[in-house]
Amino acid sequence: MNRFWKSGDPFVWLTGGALALSLIMVAGLVYLVLANGLGFFWPSDILRLTLKDGTVLLGELADREKIPQPGAAPGTPDRYRIKLKVGNRDLYGADFAWVDEDTIAKREVPTDAVLIERREWGNLYGTIKEVRNGGQTVAQGPEAGWAGVRALLPEATRLYRETVRIEKDEIGGDNYAQERVQLRLRGLELRGIASGPEVERLQRELAQSQEKHKVHEAELAQLRQRQTATVLIAAAGDKEKELPLAQIVRIYQPNAMGTVTKTGFYFSKVWEFVSDDPRESNTEGGVFPAIFGTVMMVVIMSLVVTPLGVIAAFFLREYAKQGPFVSAVRIAVNNLAGVPSIVFGVFGVGFFIYFMGGSIDKLFFPEVLPTPTFGTGGILWASLTLALLTVPVVIVATEEGLAAIPGITREASLALGATKFETTWRVVLPAVMPSILTGLILAMARAAGEVAPLMITGVVKLAPSLPLDGLFPFLHLERKFMHLGFHIYDVGFQSPNVDAARPMVFTTALLLLLVVLLLNLTAIVIRNRLRKKFAGVSF
Amino acid sequence: MSLLNLPLTGSEVRRDNPPDQPQASPRSRVLTIVDPMIQVKDVNLKYGAKQALFNVNLDIPGKKATAFIGPSGCGKTTLLRCFNRLNDLIDNVTITGSIRIGTQEISDPTLNVSELRKRVGMVFQKSNPFPKSIYDNVAYGPRIYGIRDSRLDEIVERSLQGAALWEEVKDRLHESGLGISGGQQQRLCIARALAVEPEVLLMDEPCSALDPISTGKIEELIHTLKNRYTIVIVTHNMQQAARVSDFTGFFLLGEMVEFDETTRIFTNPGDRRTEDYITGRFG
Repeated sequence: MNRFWKSGDPFVWLTGGALALSLIMVAGLVYLVLANGLGFFWPSDILRLTLKDGTVLLGELADREKIPQPGAAPGTPDRYRIKLKVGNRDLYGADFAWVDEDTIAKREVPTDAVLIERREWGNLYGTIKEVRNGGQTVAQGPEAGWAGVRALLPEATRLYRETVRIEKDEIGGDNYAQERVQLRLRGLELRGIASGPEVERLQRELAQSQEKHKVHEAELAQLRQRQTATVLIAAAGDKEKELPLAQIVRIYQPNAMGTVTKTGFYFSKVWEFVSDDPRESNTEGGVFPAIFGTVMMVVIMSLVVTPLGVIAAFFLREYAKQGPFVSAVRIAVNNLAGVPSIVFGVFGVGFFIYFMGGSIDKLFFPEVLPTPTFGTGGILWASLTLALLTVPVVIVATEEGLAAIPGITREASLALGATKFETTWRVVLPAVMPSILTGLILAMARAAGEVAPLMITGVVKLAPSLPLDGLFPFLHLERKFMHLGFHIYDVGFQSPNVDAARPMVFTTALLLLLVVLLLNLTAIVIRNRLRKKFAGVSF
Repeated sequence: MSLLNLPLTGSEVRRDNPPDQPQASPRSRVLTIVDPMIQVKDVNLKYGAKQALFNVNLDIPGKKATAFIGPSGCGKTTLLRCFNRLNDLIDNVTITGSIRIGTQEISDPTLNVSELRKRVGMVFQKSNPFPKSIYDNVAYGPRIYGIRDSRLDEIVERSLQGAALWEEVKDRLHESGLGISGGQQQRLCIARALAVEPEVLLMDEPCSALDPISTGKIEELIHTLKNRYTIVIVTHNMQQAARVSDFTGFFLLGEMVEFDETTRIFTNPGDRRTEDYITGRFG
């Protein structure tokens, strides 16, 4: 036994076991997220349940659970109940219904059942009864109706898209332009200029822009008038709903679809998820603005944190005289990495938003006041706060890289007549680059996953526009933005319809993992390329 | 800021031993080097409170190889690093006395140290190529002095040929300088030093980490280089000193015990301690 201990085998088992345990936990986490997130877009069958009392329910099977029977005699058969997603929120008031399996008289999978994803009110389940266009019935019955909808839908969707485009781009642009002109007028007014050629020119511009606005409004009204096609849906429980085709995002008959069609459908849903705007208070549609906001924030943060951290590390390691003071600074920097992130958020609010943002507003945007421009949360302040949060990581990684570069490498450069700066710039900096990237990878991973400080420095549930768009000056650093991490919190716990949104939580979490992975992989690829360039040296 | 003005010819060595004077001590054997490349006068060096060099006086002739030998910690590397002022990098070093290279006093605070180091190249004990390609390693110095593309290729080729490395690496100039063997790396460092066309080449135990074959190659190289450069080489290996150098200085405990032509040091040392060291009685 003694020899067994001395052999060192138990220690190998212990270390191996610790590693295995960590791996299992990570794999379990990924599995849970994958299992819950990936199935969300798969079109499941629509069930028609006829209960013993004659009630008919139509919906997707969402869950099945055992009914607890306290005090039941042993041997009593288990009873189950199922959770059906019946949708039709506007008709029934709730999205889900619980049904005891005992009460079900008949289960069917009707092929003519349709599922309609609407722009408002969530899913609609039912069968097509009639298709109308301009007040006239075009088709009747499920089969003819399906064909009718398929024929009319592309045009309706095109018209709808056109409406949205005009609303968002044209009218949005008009409003933006008008606002800018008005602000400039107000700016002139603040400087005491109420008349003159400049003011007249601006007023002419304003009038032109208002004229354009009227034209666009008229276009919009005309478009709306052309959207006359509707579909009449018979829902379970003898209810009917007439739905304008423009309200339809997607209509399909899951029970009539084969595996191949379903797969294609699945990927089109995934694409919608990553490329579209959210609908229905974030519980439906896509998360593109959140992906965009997350990536953009991480990029801005990286642009700030890398130079800052690297320069600080260079000073600490290359220039500062090593002594108790520098050691104290180093300890302080390391400890900074352990400060709770919300503390940084509070600092961000106090310093960046109120002090810096407030000062910027007073200096550069007095015409907008009291409405803040930079004096409120925005992507710039959130990025700066996160840069502050992650700067210790970059400093520590860079410093370690600098310490690993042998002194004789620096001496070789100096002995060739290079100055200290030339040595630092041409030898030390390239050699420490992989370490800098390691620091950046860690910083990005931390920043992309951080939520708490963002909630108070600029993240919102729904941002009306992206921080980068086609309107001058294109990059709007003062704008609020959406973030995947906050999106998870919002959808999962702040949503009016938590049950319906739950799968979305996992899908968004999966996406966040993927975004972090992708950002890291990019940096890792760059780092490996640098390392390969200097093969044979270990950093 | 003053530039160096160095003599381009080799030094002349004259030995004066007036027969009418009795040889009281070995040091009275006077070795006069006319027009020396490096002149060291009364140099004392302290690291903080610890003195590392005591009153060193030495004339190093131009276009010859001079070896410094002595046991570890005797100050030979310290003295070598005085010649390109690399000791400036260490805190708490105080140097008194005078070191002249050519006609330039190098302890002059107004001296442009970069210019000095350009003229006085150095090869280190452990090969230390930059983590860059072979080409970039050699081109590093010239680039610092603002030399660009077309002339650079020529300099790189010439320097690598000068370091007897060209044939071995000409097909992989753009691979990492750290991917070649230890001996090749050391020759790469020599090529890198040659690329800035120095007049003096300091070598700090350049073969101590190399195998005998690589050592042989570098020694051969020193033989060819000393026709064009003034070489000062620090070595632990007495055979090496005997093989490559024309002059040898023996150091012990921070003092320069004896400096003379290599053949004389090894066949007829003037000091008892030198004799003990080279015959292996201590050290």
